[in-house]
Amino acid sequence: MELYSLTAHELIKKLGEKEISVEDLNSSVRKRIQDKDPQVKAYVRLSGSKAAVDFKTLNNGPLAGIPVSIKDNICTQGYNTECCSKILSGFKPPYDATVIQKLKNAGANILDTKTNMDEFAFGSSTENSCFGPTHNPWDLDRVPGGSSGGSAAAVAGDEAILAIGSDTGGSIRQPAAFCGVVGLKPTYGRVSRYGLIAFASSLDQIGTFTKDIEDACILMNVISGHDPMDATSVDIPVPDYLGSAGKDIKGLKIGIPKEYFVEGMDPEVKKIIFEAVAKLKDLGAIVKDISLPHTEYAVPVYYILGTAEASSNLARFDGVQYGYRAKSTNLIAMYKKTRGEGFGQEAKRRILLGTFALSHGYYDAYYLKALKVRTLIKNDFDSVFKDCDCIVTPTAPTTAFKIGEKAENPLQMYLSDIYTISANLSGLPAISVPCGFSKNRLPVGLQILAKAFDEETLFRAGSAYERATQWRKEKPKL
Amino acid sequence: MALSPETLKYVADLSRIELTPQELEKLSQQLQTILGFIDQLSRVDIAGIEPTSHILQLSNVLREDNPKASLPIEKTLANAPQKKDNFFVVPKVIE
Repeated sequence: MELYSLTAHELIKKLGEKEISVEDLNSSVRKRIQDKDPQVKAYVRLSGSKAAVDFKTLNNGPLAGIPVSIKDNICTQGYNTECCSKILSGFKPPYDATVIQKLKNAGANILDTKTNMDEFAFGSSTENSCFGPTHNPWDLDRVPGGSSGGSAAAVAGDEAILAIGSDTGGSIRQPAAFCGVVGLKPTYGRVSRYGLIAFASSLDQIGTFTKDIEDACILMNVISGHDPMDATSVDIPVPDYLGSAGKDIKGLKIGIPKEYFVEGMDPEVKKIIFEAVAKLKDLGAIVKDISLPHTEYAVPVYYILGTAEASSNLARFDGVQYGYRAKSTNLIAMYKKTRGEGFGQEAKRRILLGTFALSHGYYDAYYLKALKVRTLIKNDFDSVFKDCDCIVTPTAPTTAFKIGEKAENPLQMYLSDIYTISANLSGLPAISVPCGFSKNRLPVGLQILAKAFDEETLFRAGSAYERATQWRKEKPKL
Repeated sequence: MALSPETLKYVADLSRIELTPQELEKLSQQLQTILGFIDQLSRVDIAGIEPTSHILQLSNVLREDNPKASLPIEKTLANAPQKKDNFFVVPKVIE
């Protein structure tokens, strides 16, 4: 067994027993990236990446020597962080994001390359990257999902042991489903976002990509917790997540929302999800039908709030403080030219839509209305959780689509997040767990949602399902 | 809701984004379609519903007002496309 193909918990054990060295592990992962990334393109700016790491500088902690791959929108001091956008080309942050600091404190080996993403996390396919698309390791003609497609593909293709991503409307869970790995979006406020380049501040959350649930618990133990530098992070104790991974699910009350099994859903995905639900029932869970009546409004609400917040957050990219600047002799013309040339098509679409939704005369009809419908969506969950421990749904309505298939139809692309957006609008934690394959061997993901700050139930249900199935042992043929 | 190329041009000016005539035409069509989809929100009865701007209802997150070191000037300016002495340089603002 090659080291790169193992999980973090397996590697931690081998390192602890001195069976392998940190150097062995680092070179195994580097070699794998060198061999496979020319096809997968999960990473960006690889050519400048140094293979040599001074391992003596790594801390001794729960992740000592474990390589971790980071999405290109999370600040790493002195190392390029460009959100895969021309407008941030060359940007080297003057500080580390809090998650990076926590990973370093835990001994992690942060790779000096970043994972590919849709520009500023705007997209569901990783095609909107200024570096070009990432390819799905299960079928190189298909997208890995997005926006954290590079992180998902890296873990799926064994080019990463652990990866960090961000999720604003499904950007961790949907690519995790498309690539057949475990992807977790924690509760809003559970993990500090200090140093995450903001897209939509009321929705953004940093989360994890791992090969199994146990690794997700290990990573969450390291990155969770209150941070004075992020006023939206919440000061409540962090449990030891590993404690929930081995538990059974006898008596666990699982709700299945009828609104998630509607027209437009791939029948093969539907069948696989129902098989997974049957498995959960076999394991002792109590499954009941529930209703989340405002589900259909999640996508339109998201595309008003997400774009409105993005239009404001992205105002800072003006060619003055960092990144790309177009030549001009006049200040306003310099702003317009810099932004016109520096942003890609999807970034422009979203900034324009958000500016429109916030502009005079349209604010009440769009932005304020969307905030009110958001309340209704959250109320749906509050009422269901009075009588359910968690909710199970598909992560995405289809398996991975072909590169280019939806590139010219933004609305179709937006609908691929139809099952994931509600968790962001409601602030809830949600996880995608591999739950089978289509006939053409593309992975399908099972989404589990729980109450705010109840990641433990996600891990409990996810690990019980994982132990009862063999999906995580399947690997793409690269 | 109609989003004419003229409205889009206005919004692009507000957003400080220069668009080519081709972009203006294409984006106006695409945004028109997206807004048409968003208009389904008009079906929702929102009478008496409060807007949600913070999902966990956190409010008044305060800290002690203690001074501490900020980023040194050279680090602050390190990424600037153009700089001089301790300043960011921009094109002339006053004609």
